[in-house]
Amino acid sequence: MGRSNRDYAYWSIAIVVVLIFALVPVVWLISLSLKPPDAITDQRFIPSEISFDNYKSLFEGGISDSPFIKPLINSIGIALITTAISIVLASFAAYAIARLEFPGKRLILAGALAIAMFPPISTVGPLFDMWRSLGLYDTWPGLIIPYLTFSLPLAIYVLVAFFREIPWDLEQAAQVDGATPFQAFTKVIVPLAAPGVFTAAILVFIFAWNDFLFAISLTSSDASRTVPAALAFFTGESSFTQPTGSIAAAAVVVTVPIIVFVLFFQRRIVAGLTAGAVKG
Amino acid sequence: MAEIVLDGVTKVFADGYEAVKDMNLDIADGEFMILVGPSGCGKSTALRMIAGLEDISAGELKIGDEVVNERAPKDRDIAMVFQNYALYPHMTVRENMGFALKLAKVDKAEIDKKVEAAAETLDLTQHLDRRPANLSGGQRQRVAMGRAIVRDPKAFLMDEPLSNLDAKLRVQMRTEVAQLQSKLETTMVYVTHDQTEAMTLGDRVAVMRAGALQQVGTPAELYDTPRNLFVAGFIGSPAMNFMPAEIASGKLVLPIGEVDVGDLAGDHGDGQVVAGLRPENFEDAEVVGDLKQERGLVFEAEIDLVESLGSDLFAYFHVESEGVQSDQLADLVEDRLDETGAANIREGEEQVVARLEPTSKVRRGERAELWADTAKLHLFDPESGESLKKAP
Repeated sequence: MGRSNRDYAYWSIAIVVVLIFALVPVVWLISLSLKPPDAITDQRFIPSEISFDNYKSLFEGGISDSPFIKPLINSIGIALITTAISIVLASFAAYAIARLEFPGKRLILAGALAIAMFPPISTVGPLFDMWRSLGLYDTWPGLIIPYLTFSLPLAIYVLVAFFREIPWDLEQAAQVDGATPFQAFTKVIVPLAAPGVFTAAILVFIFAWNDFLFAISLTSSDASRTVPAALAFFTGESSFTQPTGSIAAAAVVVTVPIIVFVLFFQRRIVAGLTAGAVKG
Repeated sequence: MAEIVLDGVTKVFADGYEAVKDMNLDIADGEFMILVGPSGCGKSTALRMIAGLEDISAGELKIGDEVVNERAPKDRDIAMVFQNYALYPHMTVRENMGFALKLAKVDKAEIDKKVEAAAETLDLTQHLDRRPANLSGGQRQRVAMGRAIVRDPKAFLMDEPLSNLDAKLRVQMRTEVAQLQSKLETTMVYVTHDQTEAMTLGDRVAVMRAGALQQVGTPAELYDTPRNLFVAGFIGSPAMNFMPAEIASGKLVLPIGEVDVGDLAGDHGDGQVVAGLRPENFEDAEVVGDLKQERGLVFEAEIDLVESLGSDLFAYFHVESEGVQSDQLADLVEDRLDETGAANIREGEEQVVARLEPTSKVRRGERAELWADTAKLHLFDPESGESLKKAP
């Protein structure tokens, strides 16, 4: 008993340390965002006076004047479209890799891995030139395409792992039951791989949502600039004030969709969904 | 409902392994056909070819007079129960059972009616809205059967459906399967490695070994007139005893004594043979009446072990011999060890099991006088393993 109590204590300490390490910056950000502009530099962790001015300033002036609303729409749109396309393509590819024997299978997997390893920064220069001549510069597709390139390998790897877990027999049972291969895929395999699909969706969404490199390099206006890039262009009330407060507020606001997204899908990531499929 | 005809069906895998060799089998409409054999004998592959889950490398497969070699599983109108049930875990029992009908775009009310009727047959009515994860092994097994029977297909294919159940449940489900089949009168092909299941369930049994069909017949035919050593050793529990023997000028010389050959050997001349005798064809000489003593062979043996089951008494003894060498028997060794647990066979000896009357007084370690009903002897060619008695 003493042993397990001590283990318990060690674990608790470790968890608390990790939590503090992870949460202090977030709390600090929230604290900053709630301080009025003149109190930003008061060096207090807990604001002496709470003001929502920073948040208000983000949304002042509506779509046309606010420096934040249009980028927020861009971010949501681009991340969602990337996620949707990526998951559909990746699930087809992953299914083929997990289930079918075809020449070049290893090459595809290795290729996907190699692309994931590729340093994105090295593609930015060429992409900038290409996108300008193709007319993709500063457009939604101009960001969605590179996001797809880098998120697909990740999604494929996650989904292959999940598809492999699904017993072959289930699919064959569906075929004997009268399903076409496509029906077997959509009605049996995909629902069962749902935890994997959602995991992959979360990863892809976060990747697209958080990207700064492509967003700053391949956009030039609010037409397609996403929030992480837009934050860099925030200005203070006058040329002498730092926009710290509004940047903090914007950072808090852009974190919210991620949390909502994860919580929403987490409910669907029910461990052991395939339990009961086979064996006794 | 339909008959299934396999005409020279062969399966060669991509790596060149020939899993099923030139299989010819006619399964009549409404017949309960069992494919039985040790693991790796190609019985499941044969079943999967009938289902359409494996391509047929050569030969022709007909279901109800139509050649279906090139048809996808969904177009063959067959239902299959998988060894591991393969229930859809994200669907309730009701949805599992109705899935095939839903795919066939059957009217919703019709689906409900059929599913409920099947659930009633299988005693699953109160579980219809549960998911497979919350069911016991036996219930899952019944759902898998239910999924097959709601469809009223041309044939049922069952791939070792009872092998994941515990022994008691297996016996219970075995009778249920038999009742179900006789009630539905649908052609059924049932794969198992368990010869007891094969003997108790089937109208006819097809014994397979190493991809080749050995013998097809009713359980009684297989038991009484096995065509070769493999079938003789595979069917029956405990397995048939084999010992080397020699035919010399009208006499059969066995390790336990000599008898007249009579018509046991067919037209086989003098030479080495393998003799087989089932455990129940031995008896304690004291128990057998004088009359029987006239026809059989009385011999003495030292009893190694006695197992009394109440209704039966198994006596293990050994005879001196160089052992019986045969590929066909080598395939059986593993199975036999599983069944009898008798692994203590010494060099130069052959273990023999005798089923005696429970009243027998034989004791372990003592010599006893036993009687063998030599009229029931089976003789086999030691080279080919074929039975010397020609099938009638």
